Amino acid sequence: MKVVIIKYNAGNIYSVDYALKRLGVEPVITDDPKLICSADKVIFPGVGEALSTMTYLKERGLDALIRGLKQPVLGICLGMQLMCRFSEEGSAICLGIFDTHVKRFIPDRHEDKVPHMGWNTLTDVKSCLFTAEQEDKFAYFVHSYYVPLNEYTIATTDYILPFSAALHKDNFYATQFHPEKSGDVGEQILTNFLKL
Amino acid sequence: MLAKRIIPCLDVKDGKTVKGVNFVNFRDAGDPVELGAQYSRQGADELVYLDITASHEGRKTFTELVKKVAANISIPFTVGGGINALSDVDRLLAAGADKVSINSSALRNPDLIEEIAKNFGSQVCVVAIDANLENGNWLCYLNGGRIPTDKFLFDWAKEAESRGAGEILFTSMTHDGVKEGYPNEALAYLADTLHIPVIASGGAGEMSHFRDAFTLGKADAALAASVFHFGEIGISDLKKYLSEEGVNVRL
Repeated sequence: MKVVIIKYNAGNIYSVDYALKRLGVEPVITDDPKLICSADKVIFPGVGEALSTMTYLKERGLDALIRGLKQPVLGICLGMQLMCRFSEEGSAICLGIFDTHVKRFIPDRHEDKVPHMGWNTLTDVKSCLFTAEQEDKFAYFVHSYYVPLNEYTIATTDYILPFSAALHKDNFYATQFHPEKSGDVGEQILTNFLKL
Repeated sequence: MLAKRIIPCLDVKDGKTVKGVNFVNFRDAGDPVELGAQYSRQGADELVYLDITASHEGRKTFTELVKKVAANISIPFTVGGGINALSDVDRLLAAGADKVSINSSALRNPDLIEEIAKNFGSQVCVVAIDANLENGNWLCYLNGGRIPTDKFLFDWAKEAESRGAGEILFTSMTHDGVKEGYPNEALAYLADTLHIPVIASGGAGEMSHFRDAFTLGKADAALAASVFHFGEIGISDLKKYLSEEGVNVRL
């Protein structure tokens, strides 16, 4: 199986690479359109800032390429947020795969710190990305912006308010948490994705 | 609900784990990658690796170690020790670390906090503070607790936050290695005045100390070393205990 990790100006790409290698997959890290389009699975990771990252993707035509992919695609963290329509982070116009927007967390109480950082539970999990085993299990999050619950939500996490921990539409899947840093639970979710 | 975190800390010298008692008298506590993997299996939520090697050769060894940890361990980890410039941060993040912890270098050059936050995001920047309770004030120290500064814990923590620190890791030199509990009053004051997570460090001797750091000290995470390294407290037992005590932890 050919798995591609899209290379762009974002951090954390190597953590995904390592996680896939632990599962016995040798991914290719590339921004070559041909290699990306011919892959069996595509992973769109990311830690970074929405506007500068979208600018980078557009300059290289990667925005249209990602939108047009037909094989299973998994966006992670910023990758998921960029797959939405619009992000409040830098007022970025994003890829628009998921017709929803990305908002900044507004703390309600002093204890509500932003970024939301650490382990939190996944609830109401559905779609092929999850099995019932992951219900109420913890995954690792680091983010200051969130996707509200919407018709594409396939997992919910509660921090300040319930938000989308994962999304799914057609061949596009995305997680706000980092499966590559979420221990056994994350490995299971990556395995589920690789089986799609 | 966001879980409280348990973080084993591994001090690394020349590729091996060591742990100080009151910052001196090192005892050997094993292979860092194997130990980290074992902690991860037992339910540790994060790991901290501190490079206490001074030499240039030791730095290279540590970077190689960071790569091995990243390749083998599927939970987040922070690295610290000897980070003086942005290029050090870049090197360690590229090797696979999730966060960096800066201590003396932040006190000497507070702009470093801003530079890290701007270039890599606040979430990667942990500011570690070693402080000792002297005449009712928490005085900050440099160089692993060897050199006193003119800064005090609460002011310095606030300044670090405003410069872009993502977390504060507070080690009480007064409590470290003594195993009589964390400085809960100081921790609670930090939690009440800061808007970023606080990691309690220094003083854990029994399971109730962790509970108290979370309930009385309002800490977001608790870090310990020797009680884990020498098997005095098992991480899975600790988390079960905390859960029974009403602390939300990842089981």
